[in-house]
Amino acid sequence: MAVVHSAPKFAPNTGVKDALASALGSMLVSAHEEHGEVFLVVERSQLNAALRVLRDDHDYQQLMEIAGVDYPSRPERFEVCYCLLSLTKNHRIIVKTSTDEAKPVPTVTDIWPVAGWLEREVFDMYGVLFAGNTDLRRILTDYGFEGHPFRKDFPLTGHVELRYSEDEKRVVYQPVELAQDFRSFDFMSPWEGADYVLPGDEKAAEHPAPPKVDEPKTTESPKDTGAGAKTDAKAAETESPGSPDLDEGGPATDAPEPTESREGQPRREGRTADTEGATEVDKNDPDADAEGGKGKDR
Amino acid sequence: MSLQLEQSPTTGDDVISNYTINFGPQHPAAHGVLRMVMELDGEIIERVDPHVGLLHRGTEKLIEYKTYLQALPYFDRLDYCSPLCMEHSYVLAIEKLLNVEVPLRARYLRVLFAELTRICNHMLNIGAHVMDVGAMTPNLWVFELREDCLNFFERASGARMHSAYFRPGGVHQDVPLKLLTDIGDWVDTRLPELFGDAMSLVTDNRIFKQRNVDIAIVSKDDAVKWGFSGPMIRGSGIAWDLRKSQPYDVYDRMDFEIPVGTNGDCYDRFMVRVEEVYQSARIIKQCLAEMPDGPIASDDRKVSPPKRGEMKQSMEALIHHFKLYTEGFHVPAGEVYVATESPKGEFGVYLVSDGSNKPYRCKIRPTAFSHLQAMDFMCKGHMLPDATAILGAIDVVFGECDR
Repeated sequence: MAVVHSAPKFAPNTGVKDALASALGSMLVSAHEEHGEVFLVVERSQLNAALRVLRDDHDYQQLMEIAGVDYPSRPERFEVCYCLLSLTKNHRIIVKTSTDEAKPVPTVTDIWPVAGWLEREVFDMYGVLFAGNTDLRRILTDYGFEGHPFRKDFPLTGHVELRYSEDEKRVVYQPVELAQDFRSFDFMSPWEGADYVLPGDEKAAEHPAPPKVDEPKTTESPKDTGAGAKTDAKAAETESPGSPDLDEGGPATDAPEPTESREGQPRREGRTADTEGATEVDKNDPDADAEGGKGKDR
Repeated sequence: MSLQLEQSPTTGDDVISNYTINFGPQHPAAHGVLRMVMELDGEIIERVDPHVGLLHRGTEKLIEYKTYLQALPYFDRLDYCSPLCMEHSYVLAIEKLLNVEVPLRARYLRVLFAELTRICNHMLNIGAHVMDVGAMTPNLWVFELREDCLNFFERASGARMHSAYFRPGGVHQDVPLKLLTDIGDWVDTRLPELFGDAMSLVTDNRIFKQRNVDIAIVSKDDAVKWGFSGPMIRGSGIAWDLRKSQPYDVYDRMDFEIPVGTNGDCYDRFMVRVEEVYQSARIIKQCLAEMPDGPIASDDRKVSPPKRGEMKQSMEALIHHFKLYTEGFHVPAGEVYVATESPKGEFGVYLVSDGSNKPYRCKIRPTAFSHLQAMDFMCKGHMLPDATAILGAIDVVFGECDR
């Protein structure tokens, strides 16, 4: 595909991947080129040696960034990406390795001192351990923070919030309380291969689809439906047979008792006392019926 | 009594132990919320442990929950002194994944405003730096220029600081011709006049030189090892500028020089910035002279929204507008690292897309992180007041450092 974007153009990638792959040899797991970037995936235990080879023999003098990425579905969920820059060759590559919560990645602070804070940040955000980093403290989060916030299973809202307490005259921490539910809109169209259940789709599982019929249904003919002159004549009849006689059924046996009046109880006080006036039709008022039987002095 | 007088605290054989002080987080010279735990021997700095993260807002995590377009304004709030340069890396990263072509006028506009942002940023830094070492007047003068820049941003985008003007595929809207002519006039007259006046007070000033020359000398090797970029690496004498070496947008058409330092001290870093202001002005003039007419955003309707007028006429345009502002566009799966030359150095965005409408991961490479980390070795052996000069010459903004 022709490159039409105007993103920074560094030296061309031609041959770089193969040259570096052969230089790294068994340290390399895989190498690929995508979107104009060269990615080298190296063995975790060999990371330090591989980066040293790249710096000393292949002129990638600067370590610009260490980025952690979390893929919870993978067996080794964390990917640690080292963005290298060659000032002399004017080229960038990305070296990656993977790890999980327990297995430490060898530090590169002995190759680039700048890695110290970059590794601290990955540790802070993802909990990736770096063997050999002597100063692996948290860096961006609060003093005494618990958890690793950039993991995909860490909620965006966090677990605690803090405020200044006027009573205690200090900042207090408390469990996070949301005034409104966290809104996460889902814009994935169902016809683009969404893998979740749409509301109502779960009913399909409860009622399995009816068995297939041998004879497929065809368009109904008047013979099947009875449509025709005879039916039309029937439909044109103006008089319907009388309704079934209600008396035959008798009263419903399970109907509730009529609501009791307030006999034997004291009359209500206050403005709502005149319930009769409100419910009964005033015989003297000619408009009473028109007003739906409501009292005139409301 | 006489015995006590003879035992003066400085001449006796009492052991003076080092003591530790907190520089910040509330300190006028800390340029924001930086806490530096300093171990001092008298007034000599033995060790510095910068504590950052007091302004950490979890921007990268927030971006994972937003569509690509919704995430854009977060970049304005990273380095709030040079917001448009922050956006620049991000939109270029998206465009690289999408491989979308940006019209020429939009590329010129981006370069024009990125350079205006550079001037705006350097005005703040130069002013703050000279104020950190004791001079008041130049700061007030260069703030006038900064104010002019912010007014230009407002006229282009509607917002003085958080412009959200660069968009994937181009810029948000076209600029009026009067704005371009005003910028041209400003670059020709007001900027060199006022900035030249302000710098004439500073650059050869005896006190300013005493406070900056030979302070925190960084060798070329150290600058490379510690991941320096921008004026920090150029101050050490390495002519490395991403606008030249890895040109993006229309920087390959621009004619400008890369100033470098000779000593690698604070004064060199300061002077590199001063010269960069003039070079930026050169680039702005070239942009204004060469900028063609034409569209200001990609005509790929799956990426950039249609014009308002078009939406009144075309059902198709209305649907595109609705889809782009609700669902947003989908970016092909893949990973890119795109870095541009922000006023403070290399500002990179490592963008991981899983093919959906939201970034899977957006790692922001702040410039200040590596520079601040070097505070320890740069400060070692210097006096306590030198720390403010060193910090001023780093040009650190905590919105970006802490993210």
